[in-house]
Amino acid sequence: MTNLIQTLISGLSLGSIYALIALGYTMVYGIAKMLNFAHGDVIMVGAYSGIVAVAQMGLSPWVTVIVSIAVCAVLGVVIEFCAYKPLRQAAPLSVLITAIGVSYLLQNAALLLFGSQQMAYPTLLKLPMLTVGGVQIDGITLLTLAVTAALMAALTLFIDRTKLGKAMRAVSEDKGAATLMGINVDRTITLTFAIGSALAAFASMFYGMTYVYIKPTTGAMPGIKAFTAAVFGGIGSIPGAMIGGILLGLIEQMSKTYISTLWADAIVFAVLVVVLVVKPTGLLGKPMQEKV
Amino acid sequence: MQLTQKKRRRGDLLTAAAVAMLLAVMAALLYTGSLTRQVTNMLIPTAVYIVMAVSLNLVVGLLGELSLGHAGFMSVGLFSGCLVAIALTNTALPLAVRLPVSMLAGGLTAAVFGLLVGLPTLRLRGDYLAIVTLACGEIIKNIITNLRVTGGALGLNTAAIYAGAKELLPYGAALVLLTVAVMLNLKRSKYGRAIMAIRDNRIAAESVGLNVTRYKLAVFVIAAFFAGCAGVLYGHSLANIKAAAFDYNMSIEILVIVVLGGMGSVPGSVVSAIVLTVLPEALREVADYRMLVYAVVLILVMQATNNPTMKRFFGSACKSLTPVRKERAAL
Repeated sequence: MTNLIQTLISGLSLGSIYALIALGYTMVYGIAKMLNFAHGDVIMVGAYSGIVAVAQMGLSPWVTVIVSIAVCAVLGVVIEFCAYKPLRQAAPLSVLITAIGVSYLLQNAALLLFGSQQMAYPTLLKLPMLTVGGVQIDGITLLTLAVTAALMAALTLFIDRTKLGKAMRAVSEDKGAATLMGINVDRTITLTFAIGSALAAFASMFYGMTYVYIKPTTGAMPGIKAFTAAVFGGIGSIPGAMIGGILLGLIEQMSKTYISTLWADAIVFAVLVVVLVVKPTGLLGKPMQEKV
Repeated sequence: MQLTQKKRRRGDLLTAAAVAMLLAVMAALLYTGSLTRQVTNMLIPTAVYIVMAVSLNLVVGLLGELSLGHAGFMSVGLFSGCLVAIALTNTALPLAVRLPVSMLAGGLTAAVFGLLVGLPTLRLRGDYLAIVTLACGEIIKNIITNLRVTGGALGLNTAAIYAGAKELLPYGAALVLLTVAVMLNLKRSKYGRAIMAIRDNRIAAESVGLNVTRYKLAVFVIAAFFAGCAGVLYGHSLANIKAAAFDYNMSIEILVIVVLGGMGSVPGSVVSAIVLTVLPEALREVADYRMLVYAVVLILVMQATNNPTMKRFFGSACKSLTPVRKERAAL
């Protein structure tokens, strides 16, 4: 029983990280209709920015948090401006290939700057181990859960209640109509990239504090898993990304504990395939309508 | 209409002839011993990548579906074909029998997997299909890594069937020619037109009585078959193969070749496969920066080819120079 609860909690924590990344994928997809393959690597950059801020610049943990968020948000906006903006009218595949190019670029730039050896992420916060009824919970895990929940609530409020959120929803529904209503589409897309990348910065911190070791390819696998989670929940849907991420984390952790570490990835992807075969647009995705 | 068809056919013949010429020249250079070691080592991987790119182009260019699991099919073919080849080494059959048999075995296994993957998933569309093919590729990788018969995480030891470029080149050349011929013929056939009709408008194609699922499945299976064959050839050129190498990154690499070469264009895929296999090797001089340069080139090419001014410029240049090629590019 304790084992099960422990697995569930670590699954939730892993799932929260996936959900934070998946939100970036799904928001960008909803608004710019593109798969931002470089999103996973933004996490890697966020993690390295944390390492540099603490180990080389000696900044305090709180400043480091702000630095990481700023670095990721700016990076997201710069990527959008330089690589994706000129391709607004291009075929989706061209944009996809560009995103892959950006991903390679970030990975190899990190490889040149930091080398291929893994670096340890600093302990931003020392949290005690909690023991509740025989169940040991890492403080970081609880922090991850709490912050993710808060971020998701804030994001939902932002999108539902604010003017900018409304603009984002309008752009994702119909770009042309949104433009006619006086919404600055370009600025809305930029904002989406900034928010998505800032969420990736949070993911990078929790990832760094939980798994510690960071290398240039660190972002790739969580990126793919989070992308999977976004599709799982129905790409373009924000609650879908949250649910998809958390479910994926739970499934992965459960199969690691109860089946085998070796087969965990295969199980996660197999579940995805089954879900999509049964429900072709993901858990919360809107059914696609086609016209001749 | 008659004229354009004739021109297209001439273009196809030209493509096939050019590929055959290129292979003949490489073979002549190889057997007279005038190739450097570096170039010799790249011959088989280049042939493999050409086959992979042309076969993926069938799915992405002709059918218009995004597949990110092509390396998975290659991996299935590679491991099953190489296991057959290793088993055949005891029978003292010559390479001329062993390699084609194992290639066929690998190709067929990959085709069966293509069918298994395609059957439930091909009703998905767009990005959903992309992620499912990616997932299937990762599942295949994971399974092969965990099986004992394929050597597990340590990889399969293929030293017993290892053969140098000199021995493998004829088979590589034959496979390249076969793939190119099949693709070109398919494109011009009734079936190819049906496939392209499905790509351009699925509902309209369905309403004139085309069985969309069957065509999609056929394309998927054919592409998987060639990927499997290419895998077996690749396996013979290495002494040890790990399933981990055939992950989604490799699928993406092949997709990049297809897109840069031009969707649905066979000569484009061939040229782009050669350039993109040779480029990273040629950039070895600047070893540390080569992947960085590759990434930048990739981004810049995409920006340039989608830039309206550039497009107009190249469009008019193409029109004035070679009307035939322009038309093929439009296809």
